[in-house]
Amino acid sequence: MTYNKRDDGRKFDDMRKIEAKVGVIDRADGSAMFKFGNTWAYAAVYGPRNLFPRFLQDPQKGILRCNYNMMPFSSSSERVRPGGSRRSKEISMVTEKALLPVLNLDEYPNSVVDVFIELPQTEAGSRTAGINAAAMALADAGLIMKDMVSSVSVGKVDDKLVVDLDYAEEAWPEGDVADTPVAIMANSGKVTLLQMDGIISKDELKELVKLAKKACQKIYEIQKKALKDKYKVEKNE
Amino acid sequence: MSKILVKDKDIVVPGEILAEGMDNLPGTGTYREGENIHAGQLGLVSINGRAIKLISLSGVYQPKVDDTIIGKVIDVTMFGWRLDTNCAYSAMLSMKEASSDFIPKGADLNKYFSLGEYVVCKITQVTSQKLVDISAKGPGLHKLRGGRVIKVNTNKVPRIIGKQGSMVSMIKQATGCKIIVGQNGLVWLEGEPKSELITVRAIKKIEDESHLSGLTDRVKVFLEKETGTKLESNSR
Amino acid sequence: MNEGLKDHIKLLLKSDTRLDGRKALEYRKPVKVEYGFTKTAEGSALVTIGKTIVSCGVKVEVGKPYPDRLDEGTIMVGAELLPLSNPDFESGPPRIEAIELARIVDRAIRESKAIDFKKLCIKEGEKVWVLIIDVCPLNDDGNLKDAASLAALAALKDFKFPKYDEKTETISFKEKTTKKLDLGNKDPLDVTVVKIGDSFIVDPDYEEEKVIEARLTVGSTKDGKLCALQKGGDYPLTEEDISKMVEIGIEKAKELRGAL
Repeated sequence: MTYNKRDDGRKFDDMRKIEAKVGVIDRADGSAMFKFGNTWAYAAVYGPRNLFPRFLQDPQKGILRCNYNMMPFSSSSERVRPGGSRRSKEISMVTEKALLPVLNLDEYPNSVVDVFIELPQTEAGSRTAGINAAAMALADAGLIMKDMVSSVSVGKVDDKLVVDLDYAEEAWPEGDVADTPVAIMANSGKVTLLQMDGIISKDELKELVKLAKKACQKIYEIQKKALKDKYKVEKNE
Repeated sequence: MSKILVKDKDIVVPGEILAEGMDNLPGTGTYREGENIHAGQLGLVSINGRAIKLISLSGVYQPKVDDTIIGKVIDVTMFGWRLDTNCAYSAMLSMKEASSDFIPKGADLNKYFSLGEYVVCKITQVTSQKLVDISAKGPGLHKLRGGRVIKVNTNKVPRIIGKQGSMVSMIKQATGCKIIVGQNGLVWLEGEPKSELITVRAIKKIEDESHLSGLTDRVKVFLEKETGTKLESNSR
Repeated sequence: MNEGLKDHIKLLLKSDTRLDGRKALEYRKPVKVEYGFTKTAEGSALVTIGKTIVSCGVKVEVGKPYPDRLDEGTIMVGAELLPLSNPDFESGPPRIEAIELARIVDRAIRESKAIDFKKLCIKEGEKVWVLIIDVCPLNDDGNLKDAASLAALAALKDFKFPKYDEKTETISFKEKTTKKLDLGNKDPLDVTVVKIGDSFIVDPDYEEEKVIEARLTVGSTKDGKLCALQKGGDYPLTEEDISKMVEIGIEKAKELRGAL
């Protein structure tokens, strides 16, 4: 039994419908929203700002702190208990590592840049949606940033290599699934997030990274447009 | 051949290629990588001959020496006061720098500046660790009484002040409000309730529309409509 | 710490004006309710009051009833003050403000008897529906309580029961029925009335919240009856204050219901 058709009719290298908007949380220094189909992430950036407790301060540069959290009603099955989990802590960490390479925090010693990612709706690909939203929010916050970061999940469902796995594919019951979230620096093409669950060959990995790069180029164009659109609004008196 | 890929006043995102080739000069907010000049942040392109720089549209205030700022007293110590400066770094105001009057040792410092009060002051020192010293001694530097303080985007302060203060003067003229603009994004204003409100809305308008052309005229029209005063034309 | 701000606000209130030009008893504009804002919840809503944005989602569980209420289901209300929404919020265990917010929202819904808990019974003594209402602010520009209360009510109106298989005792979350909650036309809502100096205001924004002296959150139903009260703030209230604030609370709840 091979995987011939995706539930929603997408081609194997198509992503779900993407929506992106910048400047959605007024109190934040920078904010954005990013959707892959039914997976929806908000990101808010506060900083650089004062960092307590003192012992966390780095006198040479600012630190980046990421917090990924799913809202209690974000799962299509049971309610998610608030307070985070080991999974969300790990995602917070890899998100931070995915974003740090583009930032220069030397100008902000002893301070912190806080990134909060919250998801009202999750259906696979939540960490990648979160990273896409967070990158826009960091740019919106005016931080020194040498590149944008774009992220997507690629993988293998049975014998097919696919882009942007949805919920049904992640949990595909009829065979093997490999899920590979990737994040890429848009202009340099360097990889800042790479995780993999499943079994693939070395060659398949190379293919997957190529697919991810192509998809991330499209995501980058959408992130760019969302950032520029914020300033297109003409106010009428 | 060198080539500039963007126009003046374009909005660019981090990493975007602004120019190709070695002939152009990377200014603030940009960096060179190989043969290209890239955007080093979200910003507004400003081209001056062969130099390309970016003007920040957003971002928290970074303290600079000689900036005039509005700080809020958050701590009264034995030797001075600590002020919140609306950024990641608070500032120290020593007894020596508080006033042109002599403050004797052991004086009750609350009598000069107390918790929660706002002070217009000047930044005298910023160390590499971003320890900030300020002074309230000097012309135009003093405690603020009455009125209200609003927060604005620190990057818009130059537009709110205008060339040689022309924009803020126009608002003062139309509304009759006293206005002091801090480089750190705090603005103090005082006047009749209705006038204060118009001032706040005028400043918000400048913040929202600063990157669009014809700002001064639009603000002028807004002020004339709201206050019913006829403003003199500004010579550019 | 905010004496200057308080004095200025009091001065403005003498001419029935506030920092943003509103009258004392005026809500910010817009007041908007969007139903079904998240597909994964069984019922959800997004409420906007001015710049304050609060989301609410209702999820269900099937559980055992309380031993003293064997034929009744119940509700649980949670509130998370997401650090995303306000620079002063930190991530971590719920602060007392989050707990108070949840309990205030809970009280108005529960005590108004808008939900007949007996109708949430599946099998007496064994299985009942438990509705879990979670309130999460997205942007806190003041007055989370009223926005949360409105969001919770709207989310309950949006709610549809999922399919429940009694034999296998599993909920099919992806299969929603058309069965909604009967809310008995009560529409319970909280309105927070604030006292600063001698004046009363409603819908404080985040600047005004810094100088609140006392507040009374008034929960009322559509027919103008009170179903919940909560006094907060460091200053006391006179009987006359309470009388006035209750009247304002009931009146303003009627206005807010217009947004539903």
